[in-house]
Amino acid sequence: MNINLTLFGQLLSFVVFVWFTMKYVWTPIMGALEKRRSEIADGLSAAERGKHEQVLAEERAKKLLVEAKNQAAEIKSQGQKRASEIIDEAKEDARAEGDRLLKAARAEIEQEVNRAREQLREQVAALAIAGAQKILQREIDAAAHKDVVDSIVKQI
Amino acid sequence: MAADTLTSSEYIKHHLTNLTFGQHPDGSWGIAHNAAEAKAMGFWAIHLDTMFWSIVLGGLFIYFFKKVADAVTAGVPGPLQNFAEWIVEFVDTSVRGSFTAKNDLVAPLALTIFVWIFLMNLMDLVPVDLIPFITGWLGIHFMKVVPSTDPNATFGMAFGVFGLMLYYGIKVKGIGGFTGELTLQPFSSKNPVVQGLFIPINFLLEFVSLIAKPVSLALRLFGNMYAGEMIFILIAIMYSSGVALGLFGGFLQLGWAIFHILIITLQAFIFMTLTIVYMDMAHSEH
Repeated sequence: MNINLTLFGQLLSFVVFVWFTMKYVWTPIMGALEKRRSEIADGLSAAERGKHEQVLAEERAKKLLVEAKNQAAEIKSQGQKRASEIIDEAKEDARAEGDRLLKAARAEIEQEVNRAREQLREQVAALAIAGAQKILQREIDAAAHKDVVDSIVKQI
Repeated sequence: MAADTLTSSEYIKHHLTNLTFGQHPDGSWGIAHNAAEAKAMGFWAIHLDTMFWSIVLGGLFIYFFKKVADAVTAGVPGPLQNFAEWIVEFVDTSVRGSFTAKNDLVAPLALTIFVWIFLMNLMDLVPVDLIPFITGWLGIHFMKVVPSTDPNATFGMAFGVFGLMLYYGIKVKGIGGFTGELTLQPFSSKNPVVQGLFIPINFLLEFVSLIAKPVSLALRLFGNMYAGEMIFILIAIMYSSGVALGLFGGFLQLGWAIFHILIITLQAFIFMTLTIVYMDMAHSEH
């Protein structure tokens, strides 16, 4: 229990230990702790950012999906419209063609009728003349009585 | 152990004597053979056991922490680094809590104090006779293995802290501010004559409180550890008094050792915390 030189020995070793701790121990360990702390903070903020971006991307995807759906519906309705237009056009064309064919047939028929009528008329005229010849029992000059014959033909 | 041939008081005295190296009164240098010789060596002697154990333990401390510091990584820490980081964080939290100024010395100082004192106190848990018995075989008859039961060790540290307090006190506040703190408070007056009268009173009060800081620091640690060691020695005496008393002593020693774990940690913590507080006082202006 004597106070002696040990006091200074202890003081000196104390100073050396403190100096050593300050120089070689505290700084690197605290540096590592500090670094880890900042890395964790960075990681957390990056995760936060990632989450935020995910939300944004989801929103964007939803918007795109809605747009695509709208577009598809539009294209579909346009297609339907176009299809009915094509059908209408086809109907119109068919009708016109039918009408044309009908008209042509009618014209031909009329022509035929006229031609038949003309023939009939001529034959009737001839018959009438023959009839008249027979009735009259004499030769009628066809040329001399052409005006009478023609008037008869016209009356038929 | 040695009580077969020694009386109890001799046994106790034997345990409380340091291995002292110094100059004998006849002029020759050597190791003291008994307490009286050690006392006769006066101031210019050194306690080899205190020095040896404190330096071994301090060396253990810096070896462990240097090893961790060399391999330190900001990534996933290993078990050793984890342990070291736990202590460092604990000390760092204490320093941040009590020390408001900026000084890179205080935290390493606190770490050194805490771990070193803890390790020195921890030697108290080694059975009191074990190491002296081993060294006795090797021919060394005095061996106090707990450096913190030697007032030289506790005062050495306390004076180290005191020196830093004075240094930073003067550095931060200047000579004027430092002496002003010693002489111009707690009593002050606007009247210069009254103020002049107050100066010696203030100085007396403040000087005592200044000196009390390192002394209380050293004596608190020393007193606690010395008392603890004393109780271990007294329990150890029981072992020489028959089986029944020896068994009882064994239980007592176990109980006291478990309780002592609290004391050694607490004393290391108190020394550290007070050091931080004193350093903070040295840095702050009134």
